[in-house]
Amino acid sequence: MIERTKMDLWVGVFVAAGFAGLLFLSMKVGNMSGFSVTNGYTLHAYFDNVGGLKVRAPVKSAGVVVGRVSEIKFDNERYEADVVMKIDGRFKFPKDTSASILTSGLLGEQYIGLDAGGDDQMLKNGDKFQITQSAVVLEKLISQFMYNKASESDSNKK
Amino acid sequence: MNALTGVLRYLGNYAISSVWRLGYGARLFLLTLLYSGESFKRFQLVLKELYSIGVLSLVIIMVSGLFVGFVLGLQGYNTLEKYGSEQALGILVALSLVRELGPVVTALLFAGRAGTAITAEIGLMKATEQLSAMEMMAVEPVARVVAPRFWAGVISMPLLAALFSTMGVFGGYIVGVVLIGVDEGSFWSQMQSSVDFHEDILNGVIKSFVFAVAVTAIALLEGYDSKPTAEGVSRATTRTVVTSSLMVLFLDFILTSLMFTS
Amino acid sequence: MSSDNLVEIKDLHFTYDRRPILTGINLSIPRGKVVAIMGGSGSGKTTLLRLIGGQLKPNSGTVKVDGEVVNEMSHKELYALRRRMGMLFQFGALYTDLSVYDNVAFPLREHTNLTESMIHDLVLLKLNAVGLRGAHKLMPADLSGGMARRVALARAIALDPMLIMYDEPFTGLDPISLGVTGNLIRRLNDALGATSIMVTHDVQESLQIVDYIYFVSNGQIVAQGTPDEIRNTELPFVHQFIYGEIDGPVPFHYPADPIARDLQVEARG
Repeated sequence: MIERTKMDLWVGVFVAAGFAGLLFLSMKVGNMSGFSVTNGYTLHAYFDNVGGLKVRAPVKSAGVVVGRVSEIKFDNERYEADVVMKIDGRFKFPKDTSASILTSGLLGEQYIGLDAGGDDQMLKNGDKFQITQSAVVLEKLISQFMYNKASESDSNKK
Repeated sequence: MNALTGVLRYLGNYAISSVWRLGYGARLFLLTLLYSGESFKRFQLVLKELYSIGVLSLVIIMVSGLFVGFVLGLQGYNTLEKYGSEQALGILVALSLVRELGPVVTALLFAGRAGTAITAEIGLMKATEQLSAMEMMAVEPVARVVAPRFWAGVISMPLLAALFSTMGVFGGYIVGVVLIGVDEGSFWSQMQSSVDFHEDILNGVIKSFVFAVAVTAIALLEGYDSKPTAEGVSRATTRTVVTSSLMVLFLDFILTSLMFTS
Repeated sequence: MSSDNLVEIKDLHFTYDRRPILTGINLSIPRGKVVAIMGGSGSGKTTLLRLIGGQLKPNSGTVKVDGEVVNEMSHKELYALRRRMGMLFQFGALYTDLSVYDNVAFPLREHTNLTESMIHDLVLLKLNAVGLRGAHKLMPADLSGGMARRVALARAIALDPMLIMYDEPFTGLDPISLGVTGNLIRRLNDALGATSIMVTHDVQESLQIVDYIYFVSNGQIVAQGTPDEIRNTELPFVHQFIYGEIDGPVPFHYPADPIARDLQVEARG
């Protein structure tokens, strides 16, 4: 039978270690410490093709996360994808900023990249991007490349 | 004809006893909740059980977590390397631990380590008339014996699961980064960018909480309901492991389908 | 407190798993006396104790303790009654994770708001009464069977009960422990002004210490009387029981077919 004070100490160590583990998981493994949009504004962007973009994908400008994709839906009038994103209120972007769907690495996850323009007016809540560039679909890229190669060799023969 | 009635009788008997046990279990569970206030008022009782249920399970949980992490690191690297995306090792290790392996393996180990101990202890207390003696001393055994163990189990398991996952992530880090040489920065940063606090970590904690209730309640019921003989206690202990393991895997399926399908 | 009897049982029937255990028991236990309930193994003696303690409910009949009907009590009333009862279980039923001291202190800590120093004094007094004050630091696993039972006795009397029940207090004791235990039961009863019920099949020891004896067989009271009356009884069952005769009204053989038929040596034809 273990002494009571010693037992209390061990239980204390156990509970403290357990909470330390939870904290580690939340802070170091998860992204609770990382970016989260609390008081931001929403922007819309229309794309021909969103590729593999997912909800909660990061929105980056100059490589820094400034927001997250909150919703992706199909617009039945424009026949385009309507991507709703929540941008942190600290960041403002000019009206003529362009949004493009990019891929981190060759096979990495897809995110939205914003390239700031030079307009005086800033984008407000509910605005939409004027210039967008859709996701690069790998199959299209490859077939385009093959087609170019083929036509190149054709012209070389002549 | 005789064989048929025999089978039917067996079936009927089985059905009746199952329903009876279910009712008995539900009643015990309700009583446990009812008497929980008393055991929180005398927290020393819960503390004592936290020691024998939680602290004494620490070593097995942490060592298992570390080794599961090692294996995840190795297997994950071997698979990811084929696609040239070994940087995603951190994601793979962390997600499989936090979402699945942490809560599930902890619950299974907990059933084997602490669940059997609970069943055997209560079964033996019953066999040696200690529970009867308590009743005759006007002390409710559910309040004095069952409820503190229940809460100790429910408090312990999420903490143990968190420690399991933490050790697992370290295990994956040791194998992946230290031994194999995956880039340390991308190991952590990729992990952080795709492990979500609500989606993954909180759901993992909820899972282990549900498992804790299930495993501890089953262990307590089996002990409390065991036949007061050597054979009865040994059977109850076996049933604790079998029933709670199956229950954990079944609940895991249900919870996963509720949590991770949008 | 009108009646002189602390416990009164009237026409008690109890069935377990469709097997009748008690079929119409009537008995009364006067205040201040030590009463033994005797009978062969499996005659329902222990069941009777559990009915008095309210751990089992009878199918019909009444159990009255101190003027109140036990089998009609609510859970709360029953627990209030049990605080005034002490029970010694067959093998002591000590809590194996608590020391001797903590075992005896258990009912005091559960039911009173005494300070630790008062509990300390009370526990040592109770242990002194059973001669085990020196053993208060030991764990139950370190005790012999006789000592464990004395510790359990100290625990049973911790709250100075009005009724003490003993379930087979003499089973498995050596002759010295047997004498010590028997003596203790009598002395404690008189010192505490309590009433004691003892379920036992140890005839010789019981006859020396009890005031009155009931014999239970086949679920009924078959004989009763003071020790002297019992010793001189002409009832064949009691005679057989007391003198340990092998055959008599209680047959040596469990009911069976004639042995010749079982062994298939019966003459044919």
